[in-house]
Amino acid sequence: MIKIENLKASIEDKEILKGIDLEIPKGEIHVIMGRNGSGKSTLANVIAGNETYEVDSGLIAMNGNDITEMSIENRALQGLFLCFQYPVAIPGVSMAYFLRAALNAKNKHDGKEEMDAVKFLATAKKILSDLGLDDSFLKRSINDGFSGGEKKKSEILQLLMLNPQLAILDETDSGLDVDALRTVAKGVNEFKNDNNSVLIITHYQRLLEYIEPDVVHIMIDGKIVKSGDMKLVHEVEKNGYSWLMK
Amino acid sequence: MIDKNQQIIDSAIDQEYKYGFTTDIETTTFEPGLDEGVITKLSKLKKEPQWLLDWRLKAYESWKKMEEPTWAQVDYTPVDYQALSYYSAPKYKKNDSLDDVDPDIIDTYNKLGISLNEQKRLEGVAVDAVFDSVSVATTFKKELAKHGVIFCSFSEAVIDHPELVKKYLGSVIPRTDNYFAALNSAVFSDGSFVYIPKNVRCPMELSTYFRINAANTGQFERTLIIADEGSHVSYLEGCTAPMRDENQLHAACVELVAHKDATIKYSTIQNWYAGDKEGRGGIYNFVTKRGICAGDRAKISWTQVETGSAVTWKYPSVIMQGDDSVGEFYSVAVTKNKQQADTGTKMIHIGKNTKSTIISKGISAGEGQNTYRGGVKILKNADNARNFSQCDSILIGNKCGAHTFPYIDVKNPTAKMEHEATTSSIGEDQLFYCNQRGINLDDSVSMIVNGFCKEVFAELPMEFAVEAKQLIEVTLENSVG
Repeated sequence: MIKIENLKASIEDKEILKGIDLEIPKGEIHVIMGRNGSGKSTLANVIAGNETYEVDSGLIAMNGNDITEMSIENRALQGLFLCFQYPVAIPGVSMAYFLRAALNAKNKHDGKEEMDAVKFLATAKKILSDLGLDDSFLKRSINDGFSGGEKKKSEILQLLMLNPQLAILDETDSGLDVDALRTVAKGVNEFKNDNNSVLIITHYQRLLEYIEPDVVHIMIDGKIVKSGDMKLVHEVEKNGYSWLMK
Repeated sequence: MIDKNQQIIDSAIDQEYKYGFTTDIETTTFEPGLDEGVITKLSKLKKEPQWLLDWRLKAYESWKKMEEPTWAQVDYTPVDYQALSYYSAPKYKKNDSLDDVDPDIIDTYNKLGISLNEQKRLEGVAVDAVFDSVSVATTFKKELAKHGVIFCSFSEAVIDHPELVKKYLGSVIPRTDNYFAALNSAVFSDGSFVYIPKNVRCPMELSTYFRINAANTGQFERTLIIADEGSHVSYLEGCTAPMRDENQLHAACVELVAHKDATIKYSTIQNWYAGDKEGRGGIYNFVTKRGICAGDRAKISWTQVETGSAVTWKYPSVIMQGDDSVGEFYSVAVTKNKQQADTGTKMIHIGKNTKSTIISKGISAGEGQNTYRGGVKILKNADNARNFSQCDSILIGNKCGAHTFPYIDVKNPTAKMEHEATTSSIGEDQLFYCNQRGINLDDSVSMIVNGFCKEVFAELPMEFAVEAKQLIEVTLENSVG
């Protein structure tokens, strides 16, 4: 699905990613754990094409296509989706309008017909009810005055509506109470199938009580220092990260 | 990303102005120049009564002693008032039948998307078409007359309804009000006139479409709308002009009078030619608009979408004289390239329990400069007056500017004032968010800007809200990269 080779990236001449190698095959859930400032969120943003960061060297390929230089929207249209850690508000633009614009852009790119309003509403309402959100959510301005939980649920709503090939969850679990965390996890599990992939970025293990990863990576100072399975999560939980530093 | 944005901004904000054509037509045009003789000639040509000629000449006397205002946040080459022609009109006689209108003119309006054919026209909208200095056609006059509504050109009103014109002309904007209003009072050539009788709800939207065609000619029109007690009218004006390298002056006056329990809703979609991207050419739009809520519970609401003109100087205002009267101002002003806009409103509270609302949205792109200038005045007897002002500005790129000048003058301690102002850039984080969902840059910008303008667009009549939205989209296309 996605393959990253020796990726180095910086912001304002400060190197943050110092050579990342990562491959996520189709149908797998990977987790990247690490302390604050280790470069996890930078990686998520660089994969999505955020131009605040400069890619200094390396390669990002999706389904065999080099996307390192590709525009943000084209990456999205290839099926890449980022669940934002801090989704930004866009006053006056309703969730329904925004979602339809995104869906239509995607359908147009895939050579499909626009989704009609009836089907759109039916699909959206089903997901909203699964997420414990009211239908009126669609009429609200995106992320404008949303609570922390609503913001994250809104990201999951978009994930399920747009149904991408690769979902990157950037600290989606932070700031959620247990109920909201369960709801979000349920949404991610619903999304997941054998043909898509998920990259979860977190520094807690609590989301992983509900979502079972195939591979766990530990990131320290811009590099992946160790990869393993769930056992690695428990080790980090017990002993912290220090033992992984050389 | 900032550098890349700027590059694209620099190279791409020259969306073609699709109304920039000229119509080749035989005209009667005055030689350039302005003096008493020109004004007298104009007045005679229009067969005006002596009192109106006297009124014009008095205005001219005052104007000569006045100085062009310089307080606005705009910078432009001064107008040479002696180099302008003060009258240009197509050579043909206007009469009641639309069939007699010159086909070239009908064609011009068709190209602008305005059909003067009543059958083809959007149902429920009557149009007065002003071409350079004169009104060339007014639709649905007979239909409106059945309800007692008078909708005609200003020149016709002077002949057919002199008592109304004499009573109300200059009653809201005195002829010495300001430099441009005085000039307009001296030389105005035509415009629209509306009278809605008592307790009549005007059965259709009224509109005037202003077209400047001739070169080196100023357009000075005058609109007067009177809503008698308990009546209701919604009025819209639209404006376009050909692309020329020289600046052209448009100095209009609009006076609104709302009597007891009457409502006037006045909407403008202003799309005069804005000049090219180096700032050559474009219209100087120096306009005085004011309404008075003369009776209790009267309401005047201005909504404007300003996307055109090289320089805009315009402050649609409301005098709330009647108790419980209401003034509203909703504005979206867009400046790009080298456009400059200094616009806002004045809300004057005289009556008790008067209430005003100001929502202003300024959008600056390219090297555009956008200024909100608004005054709220609460006089001594205006007990329990309330004002809410919200002035938001959005910047696209880093070469443009937004400025806010609120003036507040409160003489009554029971007044309640609220003022909110924000300035923000279209955030790279907002664009990133939209792009990450697969929405391209142009669509993202237009979505963000339309969201920003939503409260104002909501005030426009339905069909014009769609037009306004499209206009903003076309105007801002390629304005960010």
